[in-house]
Amino acid sequence: MSMLQVRDLSIHFGGVKAVQNVSFNIDSGIVYAVIGPNGAGKTTLFNLITGVYKPTTGEIRLEGEAIQGHSPNELARRGVARTFQNLQICMNMSAIENVMVGAHLRLDRNLVKAALRFPALKSADRALREEAAELMRFVGLEQYIDARADAMSYGALKRLEIGRALAMQPRLIFLDEPAAGLNPKETIEIDHLVRKIADSGVTVVLVEHDMKMVMNLSDRILVLDYGKKLAEGTGEEIRKNPDVIAAYLGAHA
Amino acid sequence: MQKNVYIGLYVVVAILMVLPFVLPNSFYIDLAIRMAINAVIVLGLNLLIGFAGQISLGHAGFLGIGAYASAVLPTHFGWHPLLAMLAGAAATAVLATVVARPIFKLKGNYLAMATLGLGIIINIALRNESQWTGGPDGMAVPAFSLLGFDLTTDKQWYWVISFILVVSVWASLNLIDSPFGRALRALHGSEVASQVVGVDVVRYKVAIFVMSAVFASLMGSVTAHYVGFVTPNFADFFHSIELVTMVVIGGMASVYGSLVGAVLLTALPQALATFEGWETVIFGAILMLCMIFLPKGLVPTLAAKFGKGE
Repeated sequence: MSMLQVRDLSIHFGGVKAVQNVSFNIDSGIVYAVIGPNGAGKTTLFNLITGVYKPTTGEIRLEGEAIQGHSPNELARRGVARTFQNLQICMNMSAIENVMVGAHLRLDRNLVKAALRFPALKSADRALREEAAELMRFVGLEQYIDARADAMSYGALKRLEIGRALAMQPRLIFLDEPAAGLNPKETIEIDHLVRKIADSGVTVVLVEHDMKMVMNLSDRILVLDYGKKLAEGTGEEIRKNPDVIAAYLGAHA
Repeated sequence: MQKNVYIGLYVVVAILMVLPFVLPNSFYIDLAIRMAINAVIVLGLNLLIGFAGQISLGHAGFLGIGAYASAVLPTHFGWHPLLAMLAGAAATAVLATVVARPIFKLKGNYLAMATLGLGIIINIALRNESQWTGGPDGMAVPAFSLLGFDLTTDKQWYWVISFILVVSVWASLNLIDSPFGRALRALHGSEVASQVVGVDVVRYKVAIFVMSAVFASLMGSVTAHYVGFVTPNFADFFHSIELVTMVVIGGMASVYGSLVGAVLLTALPQALATFEGWETVIFGAILMLCMIFLPKGLVPTLAAKFGKGE
C-alpha cells in the first residue's frame, strides 16, 4: 500500500516555478530518495509535503487521506517527521531537551498542571527523559546526553535532529541532506543509522547529494531537475537513464 | 542541573524570612515589598520575553487594568475587593486574548507595535474617564479585606507578598521544565522546528501572553491595595519599559535573573536620589554599561562565568 501519493504538485513563487507537476508514489516501509542538481526543488518538495509551504496546485495523500495545505503541526499529529538541511536546533535548550520536544504530542501539555508540578506529569517527564537518552544512544550521541545543544559539533547536531524526529514515533520521516557537510566516516555512520531507522519500520524519504549513500540505501529514487520530475525508478534504472546522465554531467544526450 | 535549580528557591525563602528582622525601619520594608511586587510581574514577563521570545511593550497597561478594577469597582459599585481583583484579571484575559489572536498570526515587530499601542490606549482611557478614575489625579483604593481580616500594616503585606513571590518562583521553575515550557522555549529556539514536531505555535504564544498579562493584572490589584492610591502613571509607557528593562538586565530566560533585575532596578532610583536631577542620566548610563558588558543579563553572564548555568 502507498504511504504517500503525490499528484501534479506545483508551487510558484511569483514567476518562479520551483516545483512543477510532480507526481510519485512512496510505498510503505521503503527508503525513497529524492536527488537532483542544486536548485532542482528538492527541499521545496519537502517543504510542500511537510506543510511548511502550501502548494499552488496538486494533491498530496498520506495513506489515502488528502493532506495538502495542512499546517506542519497537523501533519506531525499524523506521524510525519522531518529534519532540515540548514539545522533547526533549539540552541536555547539542552541536547536532550531538543529530543524531548519531539515527543510534544504524546505528553500532557496542560499549563496549570505543569505550574503546580502534578506528580503524574513529573513521572511522565522522567520516563520521557530516559526514553530520550535511549534515542540519543540509538543515533550515536551517547556522549552528549548531558550536553548543551550549543556545545555540539555540526555532525552531532545533524544526528540530534534525527533523534528529535524519531521521538515523534513517526510513520514517515523526511531527512533533508543528513550527510551534507560530514566527513566520509560520519557519512558511513549516517548511512548505517538511516538503515536502522528503515529497518525499524519507518518509511524514510531522503534528499542527499552523496550518490554512494543514495545508491546504497534507496529502494527507489526520484530525480528532479528545474522543478520537474526527470525520472523515477530503482537505483539501477536511474543509473542508466540518459536524461539523468545528461542532467548530471551536462552532456547533450 | 536538574535538581539544583530549586536550591535558589530555598535561598529566596531564607532571604525573605530573615529580611524583616534585619531591615532597620519601615522605609526598607516598603522598598522590599515593592521589589517583591516587581519581581512577580517581571517573572511573568520573562516567561513571555525570555523563554517564549515574544515582546510586550504594554504590560503596564495590564497592571493598570488590575489596579483600577480594584479601585473603581469597590469604590463606585461596592464590590468585594477579591471579586474586583478577579474581575480585573478576567477583563485582562479577554482583552489580551482578543488582541493576541490576530497579532500572533503575523511575524516580526507587529507584536511590539500592537502592545505598545494597547498600553497607550489603556493609559489614555484611565486619564480621560475621570468620573470613574479621578483622571490624571488618580483615586484612593479601599483596604483589602478577606473573611473579616484587614490587610493594613506593612508587616502583613510583607508576608503576603513574600508568599506570592515564593509561589511564583516555584511555579515558574516547574513550568519551564515541563512539556508546556519546553514547547515555549522550542518555538523561541526554532519556530519551524517546533511546528514540525507538532507545537501549535500561535496557541502557545497566545497562552503565554495571556498568562503573563493576567499575572500583571493581579499584581496591579495587589499594588493598588498596598499603596492605597492609583494614578494613571502606574499604567504608562515608561513603566512598561522599566519592566522590560528589569527582564533584560536581570537576564532573559532566567528565573533568578528576573528577581535580580527587579530588585536592582527598584533599588537603583532610590540609591541615585542623592544625585538630584542627574539620577535619570546616571540610571541610563548604568543600563547602557550593563548592555555593553553583560549583554545576556546579570544572572546568565555570572552563571556562565562561574561555570554553573542556571
